Parts: sequence; structure tokens; C-alpha cells
Amino acid sequence: MKLLEHQSKELFRAKGVAVPPSGGAIEDLGRLAAALKRAGRGPWVLKAQVLAGGRGKAGGVKLARTPREARELARQILGMTLISPQTGPQGVKVASLLVEGGAKIERELYLSIVLDRKAACPVVIASAQGGMEIETLAHERPEAIVRVPVDPDQGLLDYQGRRLGYALDIPAERMREFVALAKALCRVFLDYDCSLVEVNPLVLTPKGLLALDGKVIVDDNALFRQKALAALPDLESSRLEREAKRHGISYIGLDGNIGCMVNGAGLAMGTMDTIALAGGTPANFLDVGGAADQQRVTKAFQILLKDRKVKAVLVNIFGGIVRCDMIAAGVIAAVRKVKLKIPLVVRLQGTNVDKGRALLKESGIRLTTAEDLWEAAQKAVAAAKTAAEA
Amino acid sequence: MPILLDNQSKIVVQGFTGSAGSFHAQQCIAYAEECGAPGVVAGVTPGRGGQTHLGRPVFNTVQEAVRSTGANVSLLLVPAPFAADSILEAVDAGISLVIAITEGIPVLDMARVKRAMERANQSGNEVRLIGPNCPGVITPGQCKAGIMPAHIHKPGPVGVVSRSGTLTYEAVDQLTKHGLGQSTVVGIGGDPIAGSSHADILALFEQDPATEAVVMIGEIGGSSEEDAARWARDRMSKPVFGFIAGRTAPPGRRMGHAGAIVEGGSGTHAGKIAALRDCGVTVIENLSEIGQTVARALRKHAEVA
Repeated sequence: MKLLEHQSKELFRAKGVAVPPSGGAIEDLGRLAAALKRAGRGPWVLKAQVLAGGRGKAGGVKLARTPREARELARQILGMTLISPQTGPQGVKVASLLVEGGAKIERELYLSIVLDRKAACPVVIASAQGGMEIETLAHERPEAIVRVPVDPDQGLLDYQGRRLGYALDIPAERMREFVALAKALCRVFLDYDCSLVEVNPLVLTPKGLLALDGKVIVDDNALFRQKALAALPDLESSRLEREAKRHGISYIGLDGNIGCMVNGAGLAMGTMDTIALAGGTPANFLDVGGAADQQRVTKAFQILLKDRKVKAVLVNIFGGIVRCDMIAAGVIAAVRKVKLKIPLVVRLQGTNVDKGRALLKESGIRLTTAEDLWEAAQKAVAAAKTAAEA
Repeated sequence: MPILLDNQSKIVVQGFTGSAGSFHAQQCIAYAEECGAPGVVAGVTPGRGGQTHLGRPVFNTVQEAVRSTGANVSLLLVPAPFAADSILEAVDAGISLVIAITEGIPVLDMARVKRAMERANQSGNEVRLIGPNCPGVITPGQCKAGIMPAHIHKPGPVGVVSRSGTLTYEAVDQLTKHGLGQSTVVGIGGDPIAGSSHADILALFEQDPATEAVVMIGEIGGSSEEDAARWARDRMSKPVFGFIAGRTAPPGRRMGHAGAIVEGGSGTHAGKIAALRDCGVTVIENLSEIGQTVARALRKHAEVA
């Protein structure tokens, strides 16, 4: 789960990481005056609250010197469609705006904590080159990046903090403050079950170190014990994706026109890939789950058909725990319920496959069956092409 | 002698009496009976000690189960919030192989479990974890500890290691239909932190006289496949066939599995395919061609030999 900047900074504040004076996030202009007041004396920084990066260049971050200028800029940003390399060409709508006091920047640094999958622990990544995309830096100047592993039971230790500080050329009189900040950021990572904490830039100012920006991703698997975070609205998923999630279905909308229903995440990806190899484009990723019942199959069908781009449906089930006859019954019920009008290709394999195929045949509903996935994909691609041309 | 599981393995099921635990334990018991092997010898559910379930004794703790039955493998079907604790309980009780099926374990829990297991291994208590978020392990004809459909497998020379459940079933089914049985099929799971990596399992297959070739199934995210390919290039004499899912997955999105995500340009499909090819792994691009590709290659191999 990705958090917005102002949500991330609330977690920072809670663990003692210094952030700029905040006026809070506002959703309408009427609240701007109060927010400016809360943020203290100007100039102020107005920041579009969206999950994508690259906001500055996209016009989502502005400096305001007077309340009047702030009003004008806030009017521009709130409601704008922000388009950055990370949003895709369609962009994202800006629904809220963070108002902060400005900071006098002496130096910009980069600091993040990520999960190192191979080392199986969090790792702090830091660089004296703040403000730059870390991926670019890692590619161009890998020697400019320092990495320090974090023990998940102990957090960052003082000496590790100093090691980072020396590598970043933190002035001696600031070292104690830097170590405290790095340790506090690791506390954020560990205490809130994060998979990413990123501060870019972390800035040196005459008044001290500040996390000027903040990006946090929380581990979805830990939301059962992060109740306050779990209660935040899900901004990352589309309406359909949220609806699917509520029914225990893993669904991700894509740009193509062949709707897929598959059991298992790996096979669902494999099915999408096979469609592409056959010359088609998948409209979605959909894993109906290992414990799918007839109801869930029907729901999955309804969800993938809500995508108006879908011109044909491909069902690919490898019955393991899930029985093919149950899937077949679910497909039949769904087709009748939604009065399916587009071509349907079904490939069943595994547990109770004969019973499943017999059920489909007896139902009399119009569908194409396939023995293997390649055949199924080719048939679905052909059907989608015909339907798209019609 | 296959890897990880054989007809001597004695399984204790953690989370034995729950609905998922009961269902899958029953399937494992039935398979072991078919194979004439002990299979599941005990179950653990705190508070249900002293009872009998599915004809097997239930214990309150893994320690008691191990002492009373000599169980050496744990099949873990405990709900995610309690799973890390249950893995550590199995490690502490001296279990040598823990197979964690559970999906949805917080990744920091797994980071802590890995450290604890390293400490256990350093102190001479040798233990291996498979999973979590995996279908388990099966040595066809001998023993099953997992949730896979046993009937699609048959004994034979091909080892399979995979991050995905149903994708493994797909591959196994194709192999079986092409007349190729499996030595052992290992699901290492779809989470960012796994107990065993592809390379760990390749190392076991390389040592295993029953395995002649290995099918390695991976997906986007992380670098387990690349690491395994390099290991195979440097240390492996047996042919390795690779399939990677996720060619069409959009970057930055988590494709069902917690670990299946392209982050900051790493863990991409193209990167993995290139690494596999560079290291001499036979890359299979079309999922439907796993069986035929391996069958053809092994036939050729046999003719040359």
C-alpha cells in the first residue's frame, strides 16, 4: 500500500523525524488560509498529493511568496491532471494539496530503506547526491551509493548511522542529529511494517536536517496489524480492482481486449503472456484464487466484463484444489447471469476435468473449448480480432 | 534417493485441525498410503493435544509431536498472523525440513525467521525452510507434503523448482503427458523473502542421482532466477530448462504474489530471460511448450549418450 507524502510525513513525525512545518493537506481552496497560518510564515510550498513521482517537473509543486500567490497556485494545482513519466499519458487527478513552510536548503541528500530480498533484511541506501532518481544514480555512478543492512530485531545501530553519516560527508557538529534521524527512519520502516521508506531529498538547513519529501510503501500482508494504516483509503487501485479485492479476487486492469480468468497468480501471468505470444493483448490479470467457489467465479466474470474494452474472454483453469466441475458450474451460472454476448474460450485441465467439460457441453451455452493453453490463446485472439472488426 | 522428501519422511502438520489443514492433511495421508510410506504421523493444534484427528495423534506443541512420533518434516498450514511463530516452533523442536504453505505472512516476520534459522544452522541444528506462499513439495511415488494435485505427477527423472503453484501444475502435467516423470517437485513460493531460493534447490538436484534434468519456473521480481542461472553455469552438470512468467506485467504493480513486482527497473522479464540465456539455460518462451521442449532435448541427449 502506497502512502501519500503527507501521510508518510505523519509517520515520520510520530517517530521523531524532522519534517518542514506543515499546514496539512487540503482538498478545497476554502481551507487554504487556515493551512497557511498553521504552516507559519511564508514563503510556502504547495505540493500536489498524488502517488506518482516526478511531481515538480509536472507542475505539481510550487513556491508561493504571498497568501495571494498561494491562492492562485493552489487553484491551479487542485483538480489539475498531473502527467509525469510515472503516471502514464493519462495522468492522475490531483485531489489534495499539502501546504508546508519553506526551507533554506544548504545541501540535498538521498536516504531510503528498502527490503533487500536476497539478504532477507531491510537495507539503508544513501547518497550525497540528493534530488536525483536513485535508479539513475545506481546506474551511472554506483560508487556514489552507500548500503547498510538493518537487523530487523535491533534496528539501525549507532555505528551504522555514523558510517552512513561519514559517507555522506555530514559535518561533525551535525553527526549526532543525522544518526538520530537515520535511526528514526529505520524505526518508521520496522514499526509500521514498510517495504519502502524514501526521503528524497533529505536536506541540510541552517536549522537542522529535514525530510523534505517522503514516500512510504506499507507491506499489504501486514495490514492486519497496522489497523490505522489499513483504514486509509486505497488510492492505488481502480474502482474495479477495489471491488475485486473485496471478493477475494486479485485483479489488475490492463490495456488489451481479452479478458482473462485464471486460478493462481503465476498461471494468470503465464496466460497473459501466452495471449501476447499468440498476437493478442490481455485486458486484465485475474487470479480467482485457490479457494474459489462458484459464487466467486461468477463475481470474477462480472468484474472482468465491466471493462468495456473486453471483446473476448479466456478462462484458463488448472484444477488442483479447485475442481474443474465447480469452475464449469460457476462459468455457466455467470454466463447466464450476465447474458454474455462476446466470445468465450474455456480451457480446463486437472482435477475433475471430464466432469467439468461435460457440464459445459450439457449447458448448451455458446463457447469454444480448448485442450491446451496455446490453442485456447489462439482461439481467443482470433475471436477478439473478429469481434473488434465487426 | 530423491531430494527433500522420500518414503521414510515423517510429517507433522501444523494447523492440523483447521478446515484447510484437515483437507490437505487428508490428501497427504491418502497419497502416503498409496505409496506405502508413513507420510503424516502427527498433527499440532494448541489446545487440542491428546485428541485423534484423521486417525493421527494431535499434540499441543511440535516438540511433543517430535518426541512421540519422530516426525522430521513439518507441513505448515497455519494462518498468516501466527505462521512465523509456528515456523520458529518447528525449528526449535529440531524439525529438519519446514514446508510453509501459508500465504500472506508479513515480510518483516520472514526477515526475522530467516535470521533465527541462520542462527540455528550456525549452532549445528540443520534446518531448511521451503516457502512460504508455496504449494509444497512432492516426490512422486514416495511422499507428498503440500497442496498440489498428486494425480498429475509420476515418478521419473525431471526435477522441478518453481515460484508459482498452478504454473507448476501446468508444467508437471505437460511433462507427465510427454512421458516424463518427476524426481521431486519443489514450490519455493511467491514471497519476496523465501526460505530456499532456486539456486538452493538446483544444488540439491545436482547432487541427486534420481534427477537428470531440471525445469526452473520463475516470474518477475527479485533476482532468484538470475542467481540460480549463474550457479548452474558455474556448478551444474545437468541440463536446466527455464520459463519466466510476467512478460506482459506492467512495472510497479504486484501481480498477485507479494514478490512478483518489477521495482525500479529490476526483476524484469527481459532481464531474467537474458541472464538465463547467457548462462546456458534453455529458455522456454511459450508456456505450452515446456513438456515437448524437455522431452525433445532429453531424447536427443539419450541418443547422443
